[in-house]
Amino acid sequence: MAEPLLSVRDLVVEFPTRRGTLRAIDRISFDIREGEVLGMVGESGAGKSITGNAIIGLIEPPGRIAGGEILLKGTRIDDLPPEKMRRIRGRRIGMVFQDPLTSLNPLYTVAEQIIETIRTHLGVSEREARERAVALLDRVGIPAARRRIDDYPHHFSGGMRQRVVIALALCAEPELVIADEPTTALDVSVQAQIIDVLKEICAERGAAVMLITHDMGVIAETADRVAVLYAGRMAEIGPVRDVVQDAEHPYTRGLMGSIPTLTHAHDRLTQIPGAMPRLDNIPQGCAFNPRCPEAFDRCRVERPDPIGRGGGRRVACWLYDRAGVKEAGNG
Amino acid sequence: MADALLRVEGLTRYFDVSKPWLNRVIEREERQFLTAVADVSFEIRRGETFALVGESGSGKSTIAKMIVGLLKPSHGRILFDDQAMTGTDGAAMRALRRRFQMIFQDPFASLNPRWHVGDIIAEPMVTFGLARGAEARREVARLLEVVGLSGSDAAKFPHEFSGGQRQRIAIARALSSRPEFIVCDEPTSALDVSVQAQILNLMRDLQDEFGLTYLFISHDLSVVRHMANRIGVLYLGRLAELADGKGLFTNPRHPYSRMLLDAVPDLEMSGRRRKPVEGEIPNPIDPPPGCAFHPRCPYADDRCRREIPQPVRRDGGEVACFGVEEGRI
Repeated sequence: MAEPLLSVRDLVVEFPTRRGTLRAIDRISFDIREGEVLGMVGESGAGKSITGNAIIGLIEPPGRIAGGEILLKGTRIDDLPPEKMRRIRGRRIGMVFQDPLTSLNPLYTVAEQIIETIRTHLGVSEREARERAVALLDRVGIPAARRRIDDYPHHFSGGMRQRVVIALALCAEPELVIADEPTTALDVSVQAQIIDVLKEICAERGAAVMLITHDMGVIAETADRVAVLYAGRMAEIGPVRDVVQDAEHPYTRGLMGSIPTLTHAHDRLTQIPGAMPRLDNIPQGCAFNPRCPEAFDRCRVERPDPIGRGGGRRVACWLYDRAGVKEAGNG
Repeated sequence: MADALLRVEGLTRYFDVSKPWLNRVIEREERQFLTAVADVSFEIRRGETFALVGESGSGKSTIAKMIVGLLKPSHGRILFDDQAMTGTDGAAMRALRRRFQMIFQDPFASLNPRWHVGDIIAEPMVTFGLARGAEARREVARLLEVVGLSGSDAAKFPHEFSGGQRQRIAIARALSSRPEFIVCDEPTSALDVSVQAQILNLMRDLQDEFGLTYLFISHDLSVVRHMANRIGVLYLGRLAELADGKGLFTNPRHPYSRMLLDAVPDLEMSGRRRKPVEGEIPNPIDPPPGCAFHPRCPYADDRCRREIPQPVRRDGGEVACFGVEEGRI
C-alpha cells in the first residue's frame, strides 16, 4: 500500500494539573490516505478536537504530546520547532474551525486575509493572489465574489463566513484539511450546503479531509472511513458503511441506537447507561466496561488494543480477540 | 376542538431594536422593529406532544417564553384550559401558573449554582404551598428517584453533576409543582447523543406516568420525529405548516418543510439524492415582502412576492403557501 499522507502512531496527549496528570489522548493510532475523508466522531470530552490540535501543533500548554509520533508523508512533524510548524500549518495542512467568527480577523477584509495567506505560503504576486482568491471564493459559493472580497467578515452571514473560512483553509493548496465541527454552529439547511462545498472542493483539489464532528449523520454522508473515539481512546475504525450499518464495538452500537432517525419513529431509543468517565476517573481495563452490556471479567482488568477485523477495520474490544473466552456477539 | 389544553390565537411579538434616541435624531433614522413572531395560531391537545421546529430566528423560543409568561405578547391571546392568560389577575394567574412549567436548553445556566439540588427542586412546591418541611424533603427524594437519580443527591450542588444529570434535575424541578403542561425549549440540544437518548426516553416515560402534555421546541427534525404527535414548522416567525408527525415526514406540503427534510443527513446511507438547498434565512429586521420564504422557494411566483399566504386546511393539517393553495405544488 502507498505511504499514507498522515500517520498518527500511539499518540499520547497529557495535561498536567494540580491533582495529577490527565491523559486526554491515550495511545491513538490511525492513518489518513491521500484524498480520503476520515471522519472522527465521539461525544464531548472523547478527545476528537485534541487529536486535531495535536496534528497541527496547537496543543495549549501546559498540555503536551507525551508520546507517540505524527508523520506527514513519512516525516515527523510532532517534534518540529514552532517556526517550522508554522510553515506546515496553512501550507500543507489547512484548518476549518467550528465558529467562523473566531477564525477570521474582524479588523481585516476577506481579501487581505486570503491574499496574505496565499502570498505567505505560495510567494506569488499581489495581483495573482487576488485573482486566485476571487476564483476560490467564487468556487465556494460566495455570490458576486469579485465585489464582496473587499468586505469585512461581519458583512457576511454565518454560512457565508464558513465558506470564506473554507476558502482560506484551501487557498495555499494544502494536502490535508482538518475540519473541526465545521457545521455545528450553523442551521441544518446551511449545514448541508457547507458539507457539500467542503467535500466537493477537497475532492477537486485532491486534499484529504479529517472531519471532526459529533454528528454521525454528517459522517455517514461525507466520510470514507470513520474513527470512533471514547474517553481518549480509539474504540473502532473502519469504512464508514461498515461502522454505521454494522457497528462492532458495543459503544458504537449503543451510540448508533441512541440517534433518533426520521424513519423509525416512536420506537424507544437504545440508551447507554451512565456517562463517559471523566479523565481523572477512567476505569481500569476497557474504558467502556462499566457501561457495556457485554463486559466480562477480562474487560475490567486488561485494556484492549484495536484488533484487526479485516477490510481495514479495527475494533478495540475483547469480544473480538481470537484467543478470548467469548464468541463475538452480533447484535 | 373540545380537548385543547392550550390555545394560541394570532400570537404576535415585536421587539424594538432601534438605536438610542440621540443616534436616531442625529442619523435621522426611524424606529426599527423586529417581528419575532407574526400571527401564529395553534392548539395543543391534552396528553399530546406538540413540537415547534424551525431554524435560528424562526421565533420558536419567543413563542415558548410568551406561553409561560416570561414575555408579553404584542398582539394575540393565549388560552390555557379555556382561560385567557393575558389580562388575568394575580390570584387566578397564580393558580394557572402552577399547572405549567418549563425546561430550558442549558442545564448549566438554568440551575442556581449556590443552591442545594434539594432546595432547587423543592422551590416550586413550596412556593405554590403544595408541601413544606419534612414532607417537601420526602417529595424531593421521590422526584429525584423518578428522574433516575438518588434521593441522597438532594444535598449536593449542581456543579457535582454532569450535563445529562443536571437536565434530570431540571425535569424534577419542573415536575415539583405537579404540572399538567411542560414547555421544553431545546431540552437536549446541549447534550451528547447517548445522553440525549436517556433524557428523551425519560421524558416519554414521565409523559405516560403523569399524563403530561408537552410543547417541545427543537431545531432537530429527527428528535421531533421521535417525540411529537403534531408538529408546527416555523419560518421567520410565521407558521409555514402544521401537520401530524407522520404526515409531515411522509408527505410534507410546504416547500420549506420539504427543504428542511431534505437537509437532514442520511444516516441510513440509502444513497438518497438530495436536492441542493438554496440560500439562507433572511434578516428578520428586514424580511422579504410577501411570503418570507419566496427568495429560496423554487415554486415562487408573482403572488408569493406580493402577498403573505394565510394557513389553509389540508389533509388534517394547515399549510401557508399559495402554491399548495392553488394546486401548483
